[in-house]
Amino acid sequence: MAEYKYTPESFKSDQQVKWCAGCGDHAVLNAVQRALPEVADALDKPHEKFVFVSGIGCSSRFIYYMRTFGFHTIHGRAAAVATGIKVANPDLSVWVCTGDGDSLAIGGNHFIHALRRNVDLNIILFNNEIYGLTKGQYSPTTKLGTVTKTSPYGTVEHPFNPGELAIGAKGTFFARTVDAEVMLTKELLVEAAKHRGTSVVEALVNCMIFNNKTHASFAADKATRAEHTITLKHGEKMLFGANKDKGLVLEGLKLKVVTVGEDGYTLDDILTHDAHCEDTTLHCMLAAMKYPEYPVALGVIRSVDEPCVYDNEVAEQLAAVKAASKIQCVDDLLNSGEIFILS
Amino acid sequence: MERQTSLLKDVVIRFSGDSGDGMQLTGTLFSETSALAGNAISTFPDYPAEIRAPQGTVAGVSGFQVHFGSAAINNPGDKCDVLVAMNPAALKANARFLKRDATIIVDGDSLTADNLAKATFTTDNPIEELGLDDRNVIIARITTMTREALADSTLDNKSKVKCKNMFALGICLYITDRPTAHAHDYINGKFGKKNPAVAEANNLVIEAGYNYAANNHLSHNAYAVEPAGLPKGKYRTINGNVATAWGFIAASEKSSRPLFCGSYPITPATVILEELAKHKSLGVKTVQAEDEIAGICTAVGAAYAGNFAVTTTSGPGLSLKSEALGLAVMAELPLVVVDVQRGGPSTGLPTKTEQSDLLQALYGRNGECPVPVVAASSPSDCFKYAFEASKIAMEHMTPVVLLTDGFIANSSEAWAIPQMSDMPTITPPIAVATEGDFMPYKRNEQNVRSWAFPGTAGLEHRIGGLEKHMTTGNISYDPANHAQMVATRAAKVAAVVNDIPQQSVDGDNCGELLVVGWGGTRGHLNSAVEQLRGQGKSVSHCHLNYINPLPSNMAQIFENFKRIVVCELNEGQAASYLQGLFPQFRFEKCNKVEGQPFTVEELVDVFNEKLR
Repeated sequence: MAEYKYTPESFKSDQQVKWCAGCGDHAVLNAVQRALPEVADALDKPHEKFVFVSGIGCSSRFIYYMRTFGFHTIHGRAAAVATGIKVANPDLSVWVCTGDGDSLAIGGNHFIHALRRNVDLNIILFNNEIYGLTKGQYSPTTKLGTVTKTSPYGTVEHPFNPGELAIGAKGTFFARTVDAEVMLTKELLVEAAKHRGTSVVEALVNCMIFNNKTHASFAADKATRAEHTITLKHGEKMLFGANKDKGLVLEGLKLKVVTVGEDGYTLDDILTHDAHCEDTTLHCMLAAMKYPEYPVALGVIRSVDEPCVYDNEVAEQLAAVKAASKIQCVDDLLNSGEIFILS
Repeated sequence: MERQTSLLKDVVIRFSGDSGDGMQLTGTLFSETSALAGNAISTFPDYPAEIRAPQGTVAGVSGFQVHFGSAAINNPGDKCDVLVAMNPAALKANARFLKRDATIIVDGDSLTADNLAKATFTTDNPIEELGLDDRNVIIARITTMTREALADSTLDNKSKVKCKNMFALGICLYITDRPTAHAHDYINGKFGKKNPAVAEANNLVIEAGYNYAANNHLSHNAYAVEPAGLPKGKYRTINGNVATAWGFIAASEKSSRPLFCGSYPITPATVILEELAKHKSLGVKTVQAEDEIAGICTAVGAAYAGNFAVTTTSGPGLSLKSEALGLAVMAELPLVVVDVQRGGPSTGLPTKTEQSDLLQALYGRNGECPVPVVAASSPSDCFKYAFEASKIAMEHMTPVVLLTDGFIANSSEAWAIPQMSDMPTITPPIAVATEGDFMPYKRNEQNVRSWAFPGTAGLEHRIGGLEKHMTTGNISYDPANHAQMVATRAAKVAAVVNDIPQQSVDGDNCGELLVVGWGGTRGHLNSAVEQLRGQGKSVSHCHLNYINPLPSNMAQIFENFKRIVVCELNEGQAASYLQGLFPQFRFEKCNKVEGQPFTVEELVDVFNEKLR
């Protein structure tokens, strides 16, 4: 492991951060700036190898606040632009900052195809369940029935759960955090960066202005989070609650919340989290858990080692064909195949 | 009777049949044979969008026209000397393309009541019904003779009958006095190892067709043509799409920037992506994106990361790419967008040619968003203009739109192979780290910013689609800064004029009529103008390849002619563009929107009218 001795300051740009006071994005920015020194050491990547790419929306302003290479692109297309960057130069550590509207509505196609290809990108999905920059319209993650400016009588469409979508698209890495858990976010970002392939880290962020407290029922404060979220860790029992006495068991094809020591359930009955399992079924169920029936799952829900990483495959195919080909320069190409000489 | 060979200056042969009959291959093999014999050639495939339209119908007819000659050939010919029709529908579809003294070779086995009905003939004599009795009609039982030639073959009946296109090829090789060697070489190369029985069958049928023509003294005015006196050297045949792909690969080599192509398949541009995907040995990366937008966005990303990036499309795809093209304008990144134009609007006529995307290329984006526009004008010069577009893009740090069209993309011609040492070097302004913060929008005297690759220490910077400060690149909403940036981006594109050649004129530099064209119509316009000049008419031809910016001497050319007519395969887009730029002149229009190229004959009529 290299030692670059970077600090969070090394990754702060000179631009004034213009998000609203109390916006959850501040916390994620903080976590990213804390994570990068560790990531640089873990991946042996110096400062100049980091590129942040974003689409459009509040969270997409992120890139201006990072003292790295940054590209603020167009609405929904960050994943596609980032794919081009990574394929053009696989040596870069490429990060995508995107919101729920940016990546799941206008950019839905690029989001699922980045996952399908398993391009080595780190996607931070800021989910505040609302369009903030356009001032308060419902998004593809807004809860059914929510009143917003474009749904004055409540929405009549079901939201996406980003985790189900990512895992359904055979994403190889999905993790979830909440804005207030800065240290957890930092930890998950480091894990995401180490993962080869597309990593999605969903950050549940609060929009004070247009969708205040949308995640509050389970994430309002430490005590609430302890009772109503579960932080999954690979190889550990799926336990939660302030006293770690509640857990998840599988009954039939459904997850069930039980209390250890009650109704005959013992610690042995509690599921152990296997983030590396290739099968998506349980990961999908965990990602889909909704409060109040279930705790909301945080942590690394899925992290599967898949050898087929797009940018790497492209580079290897190129090298293999080059090694075997008779055509090594354009003159060779122009003079290949059917040629006739007039004399 | 001895076979008579009448040497002609040029001959046009049209192969036509059902879309599954293999007419494109037959035509290609014939044209390559002619090119190998030293003829100048020009070819034009004319096929339906449906892969297999209902068999036997006029809608399902696929055609391939070859024009070969002993002098320069710059178009595939208006009408044909020889028509090969594999079924009644092909006869019906192509009757209007026949010269007065044409030879028609029809597969007699195909003239069944069923096939005649499918082609909507009302009598049992299609020749008479189409008024073709006075032509030299040869009804040969091609299917039967193909089957007979393969009596000993192990192939099943269906596979045997599939070889009938090679019988037609054999006949045509005989009546044009061409050897069968190239066709055999191709067949052996394609099937020899994989499927020897198929190779043997095709080879037998080529000879059977050839011998049939010889034994039956088929044509007493055989269509042989002397070699063209092309300059000495190495040649190959090439179509516009392949030439475009190779032009990009050449630009990659000359700029030392790896080539990246992000594209989505679309007719008639797909072959460029297919061709680029083959050449990984030259470092070409291709991403077949999930949609047109991702095609250009991956290319923009690759350009940002320091690759020479291109995206290939046709009109509907260019519509989808507009927003991202605007991003490339704003971010000032090099990128070439190829639009192989087809009939529009909307899905339009996917396999037919048109030039109706010119205004979309020039203006089809939000905001003040200028890009250089370059157009190729023949199959082989797609190589040159793909290279030129790339050079402009990289040296001026701007996206460039390269316009070709379905006609030149699919047509092929003989091409004198260039040497890379004769091609100019491309020198993009690559940024190097200096003391202090990097200023991404600092410019050189041509208003060009530098290209800063991520991964280079000291060059960390942020760019994007928001308006930015003149030098720092930070977001700026300052009114004066925005006005200055708009003007600067326009000035940067205008400065491309310094790097493009002066416009030339074919014919006299002054006179009665100036024919102005652009892009893929060059061959037809040139033939029409040459024909009239041969008759002593005062007409010249000015053909544009650089459309934005235009060469600096346009006004000096226009002012020396009494009348100017702008000819294009649309409703007058270049004419209105020129009229806006040069209000002091009057630009008359000559337009065609039938999904087909101009014919020389119709152009001659229009020009004669203007000269009267």
